[in-house]
Amino acid sequence: MTTDPRPVPAPRPVPAPPASARRPERITGSAAILRTLEMLGVTDVFGLPGGAVIPLYDELMAQSAVRHILVRHEQGAGHAAEGYAAASGKVGVAVATSGPGATNLVTAIADAYMDSVPLLAITGQVFSTLMGTDAFQEADIVGITMPVTKHSFLVKTAEEIPSAIAAAYHIASTGRPGPVLVDITKDAQQNTLEFSWPPAVELPGYRPVTRAHGKQVQAAAQLLAEAKRPVLYVGGGVIRAKASQALFQLAEATGAPVVTTLMARGAFPDSHPHHLGMPGMHGSVPAVLALQESDLIVALGARFDDRVTGKVSEFAPDAKVVHVDVDPAEISKIRVADVPIVGDLAEVLPDLTAAYREAAAQAAPELSDWWTRLGGLRHEFPLGFAPTSDGLLAPQQVIRRIGELTGPDGVYVAGVGQHQMWAAQFISYERPNSWLNSGGAGTMGYSVPAAMGAKVAEPDRVVWSIDGDGCFQMTNQELATCVINDIPIKVAIINNSSLGMVKQWQALFYEGRFSQTELHTGAGSKQVPDFVKLAEAYGALGIRVTKEEEVDDAIRLALETNDRPVVIDFVVSSDAMVWPMVPQGVSNSYVQYARDHSPAWGEE
Amino acid sequence: MSTHVLSLLVEDKPGLLTRVAGLFARRGFNIESLAVGKTEVEGLSRITVVVDVEDLPLEQVTKQLNKLINVIKIVELEPSQSVQREHLLIKVRVDNQTRSQVLEAVNLFRARVVDVATDSLVIEVTGDSGKTGALLRVLEPFGIRELAQSGLLAIGRGSKSVTDRVLKS
Repeated sequence: MTTDPRPVPAPRPVPAPPASARRPERITGSAAILRTLEMLGVTDVFGLPGGAVIPLYDELMAQSAVRHILVRHEQGAGHAAEGYAAASGKVGVAVATSGPGATNLVTAIADAYMDSVPLLAITGQVFSTLMGTDAFQEADIVGITMPVTKHSFLVKTAEEIPSAIAAAYHIASTGRPGPVLVDITKDAQQNTLEFSWPPAVELPGYRPVTRAHGKQVQAAAQLLAEAKRPVLYVGGGVIRAKASQALFQLAEATGAPVVTTLMARGAFPDSHPHHLGMPGMHGSVPAVLALQESDLIVALGARFDDRVTGKVSEFAPDAKVVHVDVDPAEISKIRVADVPIVGDLAEVLPDLTAAYREAAAQAAPELSDWWTRLGGLRHEFPLGFAPTSDGLLAPQQVIRRIGELTGPDGVYVAGVGQHQMWAAQFISYERPNSWLNSGGAGTMGYSVPAAMGAKVAEPDRVVWSIDGDGCFQMTNQELATCVINDIPIKVAIINNSSLGMVKQWQALFYEGRFSQTELHTGAGSKQVPDFVKLAEAYGALGIRVTKEEEVDDAIRLALETNDRPVVIDFVVSSDAMVWPMVPQGVSNSYVQYARDHSPAWGEE
Repeated sequence: MSTHVLSLLVEDKPGLLTRVAGLFARRGFNIESLAVGKTEVEGLSRITVVVDVEDLPLEQVTKQLNKLINVIKIVELEPSQSVQREHLLIKVRVDNQTRSQVLEAVNLFRARVVDVATDSLVIEVTGDSGKTGALLRVLEPFGIRELAQSGLLAIGRGSKSVTDRVLKS
């Protein structure tokens, strides 16, 4: 994140402007879009043309700085841009035409909003003279996306294009990152302007705070030094702020246990002895109870989501809260903070570590009782899973082997549901940006296109889409994009023939009434569609795995195959459930380790 | 619940009011009154909004509003530290018997008659909500046929201006 609080147009990676850009030059609005992206350092965009962006696509052929990847559905462009951004920390860019093209982006924009993904969405709009007349393919996309964008711009003249895109890029990538939409009319694209760089960008109302209040940092350090049962509650903000290293220093200095939320998996190494795993509805018992029993929660770029807190009024009743976030509105939104700290984690964490060392120099905290308790929980309730009752593959085992055979350098991109939780639990994450998922919005269909985007951003890494049979059927059309553009992702379909998470809730809370959750894709069903044939139809390598002894070979074959995408149809048991689980609406104290099995409580 | 008066200094951009109003609706906060207009600074508008919330949600409203890129500054105006006025146009039913009584009330409240017809008067009044409410109660028995009311306007007392610091930067 930029450290400059002034509203400046300068993007983070400032490439040397080519000589041609220094003197004003008359070009079309469309050319200006591409030139501005180039100057901002954008090298890849995902999109699909239509009537209102034909001028832009025409200019695309006249340049080579920006690579355009033609998707098969605009939602795919949006998620690909998200995956690109989440894997690399750069801004992802998606392009769509007006009307339905733009509305197809909405899900991805909303997803990026919930998960603070720096996303720049560029949409075409009908001629400015036609706006408001219900013209062909007209939609008020600025209005439609207002609740789910960090900001948006409606551009009706060519002259405004460079400053609007530069401002959008700046807003998307600084402070709390998020999606910004730039809607550009067709006449603005067709008309010409004098292009010069950099454009004047004025954002008097946008000044993200980066450096925290020294007094607040000291107060937080003091609490940390005095706490008997502290927990570092790490959220996705640590990854967005690129502050993993700084977090590592703080964790080492304090000796405090660390929990990483669904959005923060990888922000702190899973292999580190201080790491208790993921908190929340499907968190590990040690992580859930550490928060619950703590006397000090240090929330770092986390937002006390209901999936983490359970019943808020009973969440961590004895804990004081230090809350660090770059977004002031997150602080005390759900849980009142005793010490609020507004700032960029990359700056606050080193300050906090230094202040802690000073505070602890007088009286180092004694955490051994706390670690004894946590060690006991870790020993008694390790992450695990029961063998399946129907003899089919255990989905957890498949996912665990993918992680073990691929290693921490891979990128793992999940869809939404049971497989997402298992992928968060059973793969060991050692580095930030190695785990991508739709956490806040819970968007089924995220995985395949996001994995595609991640592979474009990080071509040298192995990128796995770990998807469900339900999710996969929502966006698998992007396999065509992957094959045509040589983006060899690997897709593991955890095929339990059902909308598994809904089915799990139906089993647990709706007396086993499985309403509309059978998808007929898996074992013993009609297998519609046949995922292996589907993969082959796209030109990908399709593999079906039904037995445990085939699992490793299939994963190895996938890892060796890099000339095309790979789709493995892992036909797994549909009985497997995600455990542990805190049922919705109750206190985290009632976390269940497995069905009808809660940790023994009062023994503390 | 308690009433708070917020004054928002905003960039005069298309869609700004939608952003502000939409935020209130989305986050579940009720707007009691809203007034929008230009300021002494070109390109800046001022929104005066009255909300009925407790202190903690108020803090959340303010923070969320501050996140809107086009919102430059927000101040809460305390009644004791500010002048607060609303403006009403009231159409009252009158006849030969009641007209003089209504005119007496108009004088007492230092309101003005701005339209006269044989069977009605349009009365204009400016004041805080205590005064305007009292006038409405007095006029009620005569028959209020129509009422148009502005949002509350408010400005801080003393020489300080909300635009001061904004102009410097």
